[in-house]
Amino acid sequence: MTPRRKQRLIFVLVLIIGFGAAISLSLFAFQKNLLYFYSPSQIAANEVETGQMFRLGGLVVEGSVVRESDGVTTQFDLTDTAGSITVRYTGLLPDLFREGQGIVAQGKINPQGVFVAQEVLAKHDENYMPPELADALQEVGAKHPESIPRNTGY
Amino acid sequence: MKEFFAMGGYAFFVWTSYAIVAFLMIANVVAARMKRKRIFREMQELAEES
Amino acid sequence: MMQFIHKYGSPRYYYQWSKGWQKWLSIITVVLLVIGLYQGFFVAPPDYQQGESYRIIFIHVPAAWMSMFVYMVMAFAGIMALVWRIKVAEIVVGECAILGASFTAMALITGMLWGKPMWGTYWVWDARLTSELVLLFLYFGVIALHGAFDDPRTGAKAASILAIVGVINIPIIKYSVEWWNTLHQPATVAKFDKPSMHISMLIPLLIMAVAFKTYFLSLLFMRSRSEVLAREKNASWVKEILKEQS
Repeated sequence: MTPRRKQRLIFVLVLIIGFGAAISLSLFAFQKNLLYFYSPSQIAANEVETGQMFRLGGLVVEGSVVRESDGVTTQFDLTDTAGSITVRYTGLLPDLFREGQGIVAQGKINPQGVFVAQEVLAKHDENYMPPELADALQEVGAKHPESIPRNTGY
Repeated sequence: MKEFFAMGGYAFFVWTSYAIVAFLMIANVVAARMKRKRIFREMQELAEES
Repeated sequence: MMQFIHKYGSPRYYYQWSKGWQKWLSIITVVLLVIGLYQGFFVAPPDYQQGESYRIIFIHVPAAWMSMFVYMVMAFAGIMALVWRIKVAEIVVGECAILGASFTAMALITGMLWGKPMWGTYWVWDARLTSELVLLFLYFGVIALHGAFDDPRTGAKAASILAIVGVINIPIIKYSVEWWNTLHQPATVAKFDKPSMHISMLIPLLIMAVAFKTYFLSLLFMRSRSEVLAREKNASWVKEILKEQS
């Protein structure tokens, strides 16, 4: 390798290492801002300023979904298996919303300790399989409990 | 057949996705061919001038 | 190693050997696309949770993989162009940027159209979606720099520097779903021994992924071959090709 090429190669390496270090440091510093949502146990541990709007993510607790008589308001509990928070939402829920499903809600905690959501998004998992297989797995006792909904709509 | 195109109610999302990807993939091929033609034409003109 | 690169990277020899590759790769692409689409629509069953809407995965995931793969090819060519001043590598940087930008756009658009019915929104600013959007802007930057100078070699040098620096974004995209809470789910095909997908769905996905790869390579060859001729227009071998054509 000629000295000029070596020089250029060193320049490229310094460029990559320099930028890599700068970006990793800033990502590390802004780690909290990069979280798209917080979990119920993070809120229980007072890691979140609950006076403001924030996003809350967790699984809808089985049997906790209550649809109110106005037809558009839904109340349910959200858990990450450690903590649990009650969520109230008025509006249209995404197709994937069901008991046991992971969701992300945006809103505020009211004085009664209920999370009042303005938006509810479904977070699906990375598993894909035919419905018959999901049913069969469920019968033998669910290998991935969080990924198998109790009542498939399809 | 009708059921197939309905995509379980998600027809708009599935078929729009596929249409846009097909359009972009074909556009890439057309652009590459046009680039080839343009370059040959330009060089042809250059050769005729000299 | 370097001898090998200089030989295959010399414009004249590159123009020769890439011809056959381009032809066969485009034939393979068409065959694989037909098989992959047939399997994806008629053999793969609907998903237990997402029903028929998940069929977007057969184009979304290959496009997203390509958006990152093309970037790695571009950055590698950028190093070749900067350090060894290989002309073909300079050309590859520019052509990769155009093709990579189109794959990134495909991944983003199909992702939005998948997100609306399943998540309930077209777009969220989570780490995965944001870093993929940054990738699109990086591609635009490389395209702009590549053409911003009167001398194409200066443009290629500037574009290569941006391409190399932007590589940092690739691990961020890939691991964003593991490092931070995101709305986007983690990778389905992360480990080849145990992907989280039924085999009847995995086969069409992998066929489509290979089809996208051969599609990219055949177009890269096609575009860069024309560009080689344009850059080398004063060389005698190019003039001979021109004579044969007319």
